[in-house]
Amino acid sequence: MSSAAEPMHDRQATLRDVANAHRPFEWGRWLLWAFVLAVGANFAWIVAWNPNFGWPVVAQWFTAESILRGLYVTLGLTVVAMVIGVVIGLLLAIARLSDDRLFSGLAGLFIWFFRGTPLLVQLIFWYNLSTLFPEISISIPFGPTLVSWHTNDLITPMTAAIAGLSLNEAAYMAEIIRGGLLSVDKGQSEASDAFGMTRARALWRVIIPQAMRSIVPPTGNQLISMIKATSLVSVIAMADLLYSVQAVYNRTFEVVPMLMVAVIWYLVITTVLNIGQGFIERYYARGERGATERMPVIAEATP
Amino acid sequence: MSRIATDTAPLVSARNVHKSFGHNEVLKGIDLDVMPGEVVVVLGPSGSGKSTFLRCINHLEAINRGSIMVAGEQIGYRLNGERLVKLSPRAIAAQRRQIGMVFQQFNLFPHMTALENIIEAPVGVHGHSRKEATDYAMELLARIGLTEKANAYPRQLSGGQQQRVAIARALAIRPKLMLFDEPTSALDPELVGEVLATMRDLAGQGLTMIVVTHEIGFAREAADRVVFMDGGLVVEEGRPEEVLANPSHPRTRLFLSRFIREAA
Ligand SMILES: Nc1ncnc2c1ncn2[C@@H]1O[C@H](COP(=O)(O)OP(=O)(O)OP(=O)(O)O)[C@@H](O)[C@H]1O
Ligand SMILES: [Mg+2]
Repeated sequence: MSSAAEPMHDRQATLRDVANAHRPFEWGRWLLWAFVLAVGANFAWIVAWNPNFGWPVVAQWFTAESILRGLYVTLGLTVVAMVIGVVIGLLLAIARLSDDRLFSGLAGLFIWFFRGTPLLVQLIFWYNLSTLFPEISISIPFGPTLVSWHTNDLITPMTAAIAGLSLNEAAYMAEIIRGGLLSVDKGQSEASDAFGMTRARALWRVIIPQAMRSIVPPTGNQLISMIKATSLVSVIAMADLLYSVQAVYNRTFEVVPMLMVAVIWYLVITTVLNIGQGFIERYYARGERGATERMPVIAEATP
Repeated sequence: MSRIATDTAPLVSARNVHKSFGHNEVLKGIDLDVMPGEVVVVLGPSGSGKSTFLRCINHLEAINRGSIMVAGEQIGYRLNGERLVKLSPRAIAAQRRQIGMVFQQFNLFPHMTALENIIEAPVGVHGHSRKEATDYAMELLARIGLTEKANAYPRQLSGGQQQRVAIARALAIRPKLMLFDEPTSALDPELVGEVLATMRDLAGQGLTMIVVTHEIGFAREAADRVVFMDGGLVVEEGRPEEVLANPSHPRTRLFLSRFIREAA
């Protein structure tokens, strides 16, 4: 009995081994792919051959000097405002989380004000600061003045743009960073305390590296919003990317092709940032279970 | 018991320690002395204030009344003439540097390897050179039998291995005193033994230890003294063979009988 059953059993085992499984041909998915590709190709075709987009004009202006200068201003503003915004945002987040009522209150007030008012209005106020405060001085409260400046000497379109964008960004980053710091297990700061680390060292070595995992994705979001928010500075006569294309189409009336130039540049920057974000996220995922083995597993699963 | 220096001053000396969370008084006047080299096991039912007391010793919790001295220094305060003044966070951090702590949930730093976890405090807090700290860390890893896991991240280790690394991390600062808060409670039963073995080694080497645990066996074998806490008070203390075999207080008797029944 058993001698007859065994080969049968073996054969069953081989048949049932999932390693030899075949994938059923999925007609539905293939049709869907074909349909989407066809629609996409058709759309690209229509856009490419539509004379209204003025592709030759786009090509002609894409790397024109005035456009590149505007691009440079946009990138520069974004980087500077973002860096200042992250630094101030970090300080605000730490102040907001501190037990000190004064610090957390002041940070709360800052965040409330700069998130609660439109960025456009903030920019205009910064630009027109001299009408509110003709002079800025450092002095002892109600006492003598130590140093003073004419506001008009300090506030150029550039400084107004940087102040407006970075302080507004700081308010948003503060909340993102605070959320990140709160997401770290309480046991971590407890262990740091127990080892006699100072608060600053615990934040820097233990808490922030772990908070980064939840800080990075929304920060990428903020950065992309920031690139586009910089276009608001055209109202205070900063020649950013959008302002530069506007300057051209105000002369040539080629509105759509010039806007396409700006759109394509914005998309190029966003793409580069997305790739960079991916690398950063992978870096901060180290130590996660499977973070190191994940790559080969995927490579195996898709022959 | 010869390893305990009975003629010197106690390393830890808690007097009339009170601690409340809001209206909930958790510690109601704890008195406890721990001599250098002594291993004290704290037993007691859940909620009796064992963890809270342990956390007061390194000022993770501030006490409301009484005093705690460790190595001749009052924890969290300084006597300035006739006035007792609160220490700055920086000074409190300095006091904690002579006390090692092991947590129920390990609390290893997940973004650092086992080795990086162990050398973090010696290098970053105690100012030892990286080379010196790494050498000592490797020695500690060898002692707990985890040399080959030096470059593994905590999540790649089993619970027992993580807790042993956490013990090595606490030892790396060469503490005068080690605090253990239920170091085996988060472990699967088959992993408890390896951690207890490591702790028994330490006890044998003359390290001063205060251990909160539910492992009666460990108390029997490794403790010099067993302290039984209930309702925020020390209700009974003594040598393990006496307290465990012949508890005099009814609460201790009840607690132990439940354990012995569970073990059976
Ligand atoms: N941070 C806190 N805030 C408020 N109440 C707390 C806090 N920590 C502890 N308690 C309370 O203090 C009491 C004693 O807690 P503790 O953790 O010291 O008990 P335990 O003896 O360690 O118990 P277990 O064996 O369950 O760990 C409990 O009633 C608990 O609810
Ligand atoms: Mg406890």
